Amino acid sequence: MIYNEEYETMPREALEAIQLRRLQSVVARVYSTVPFYQKRFDEAGLKPDHIRSLDDLRKLPFTYKDNLRDNYPFGMFTVPMDNVVRIHASSGTTGKPTVVGYTARDIQTWSELMARTLMAGGATKGDMIHNAYGYGLFTGGLGFHYGAEKLGASVIPISGGNTKRQVMIMKDFAPTILTCTPSYALMIGEVAEEMGINFRELHFKAGIFGAEPWSEQMREEIEKKLNLKAMDIYGLSEIIGPGVSVECIEAQNGLHIFEDHFIPEIIDPDTEEVLPYNTPGELVFTTITKEAFPVIRYRTRDISILHPEPCRCGRTMVRMGRVRGRSDDMLIIRGVNVFPSQIESVIMEFDGIEPHYQLVVEREGRLDTLTVMVEVNERIFSDEVKNMQAMEQSLEKNIKEMLGVAAQVKLVEPKSIQRTEGKAVRVMDKREI
Amino acid sequence: MKVEQISIFLENKAGRLAEVTGILGKADINIRALSLADTSDFGILRLIVNDHEKAKKVLKERGFTVGRTEVVAVEVDDRPGGLNRILQILFDGGINVEYMYAFVQQSGQNAVLIFRFDNADSAVEVLGRNGVTVIEGEKLYAM
Repeated sequence: MIYNEEYETMPREALEAIQLRRLQSVVARVYSTVPFYQKRFDEAGLKPDHIRSLDDLRKLPFTYKDNLRDNYPFGMFTVPMDNVVRIHASSGTTGKPTVVGYTARDIQTWSELMARTLMAGGATKGDMIHNAYGYGLFTGGLGFHYGAEKLGASVIPISGGNTKRQVMIMKDFAPTILTCTPSYALMIGEVAEEMGINFRELHFKAGIFGAEPWSEQMREEIEKKLNLKAMDIYGLSEIIGPGVSVECIEAQNGLHIFEDHFIPEIIDPDTEEVLPYNTPGELVFTTITKEAFPVIRYRTRDISILHPEPCRCGRTMVRMGRVRGRSDDMLIIRGVNVFPSQIESVIMEFDGIEPHYQLVVEREGRLDTLTVMVEVNERIFSDEVKNMQAMEQSLEKNIKEMLGVAAQVKLVEPKSIQRTEGKAVRVMDKREI
Repeated sequence: MKVEQISIFLENKAGRLAEVTGILGKADINIRALSLADTSDFGILRLIVNDHEKAKKVLKERGFTVGRTEVVAVEVDDRPGGLNRILQILFDGGINVEYMYAFVQQSGQNAVLIFRFDNADSAVEVLGRNGVTVIEGEKLYAM
């Protein structure tokens, strides 16, 4: 089923004409309203009217996450706060979050894209959607919520946590569509099992899962355990939140990017050269309809691939492959973006600790765990256990406050963290995804 | 009136304790008393040795984190109620014990208690006032 047949199945030629018109308009708008873009375009000797074809997109400078941070909180907004009706944020590289804004029209656009997403994933007006994405600054919960309402489905805004209650509601309300992170889906499955509830007795037909990396093996496991069809969804708050791309239930093979709103490119992350279709590289997006917070050639750091071949669902929009990694050191832990530099800044605030630390990410059962190993030295060493434990606990508390994700701090002996060419190996991701 | 104790940070890994005792043995250092406090992740080994300067030096050379603390050693009759009497004196004197451990002297007459106080000076004063024998560091190292 296709929510917006006209746009989602538009012939490529017509789609590209719309893309060009929208691109020209957004470029003109950011140039005249955001000093950052004006400066960057001027430095590159570019004026908005130099964009005459879609190929001219590659003349434009890239936008990096650091640029968003430097303009914290609202410096990248193109409209006065009077016109902003919603603010969301995700974690940034150094503690300050990345802040994004939406006008009333942006919320309408987002709702439409999420309605398309839900319908691509198998939902219709008659469905009940159990939305276990977190509600709050994170875009997941509210993104799905608005899409479900736009579609006309019934939404249960249950958010994350309190899994037993979630299972009870699933049993009593009989929702048909599940939306949450893939790891949480599996956890719900396990809790249901412990409670003696079989998913075959529930009424789910499909689930839309994302906000963290997962694999085909995990899909098989979710589909088997939860007795539903599992679709992958992709999005990031800098672009709009969820609703950038999604798999269709017909093919479950690649995520259709809503190209009438976002132009994707794949680049070599080192040379920044644009790569052809069917070549893996870093995803770059330009938003062409967003009002409050458009971005030009935003470097997502997500490694994927673009497939232009038509899909049997009838959509003409290009498909991106499952995200297969990052071109930076960002970790996604239980759906939360974590940069090693954030943890380093927490550790370094602690008097006496040297920057010898390592992050170990593991998947215990269904959930990601983060352990922060910190080398002990004479300045922080005490002969009393309680002092050492108090230090661990205080670091844990600060990390939790800063990142919003729980970590276990483990003190280790000096020089015990593996070093390569004198540099400590900062991250050990032992998750098998 | 105080005794030097060295403490060593150990991860809970097989063979770490043996590594410490091996290093000390090779350096001809004699351990007088020891205690090991442990958590699920790490342990803190506390030692009183005949030559704490040398012990600290050789352990640090081998990459261990070594701390130094002043503790108080007290002699007590090796018979029932001996420890209790000391603890009662400390309690009455309002002295807090952070941790303690004990060993019995080779002669078998007396036990030696090692105390870590938050305030060692007032502890020594209270003990002395109540006629408890506080052992000098030099005497203990040479025992």
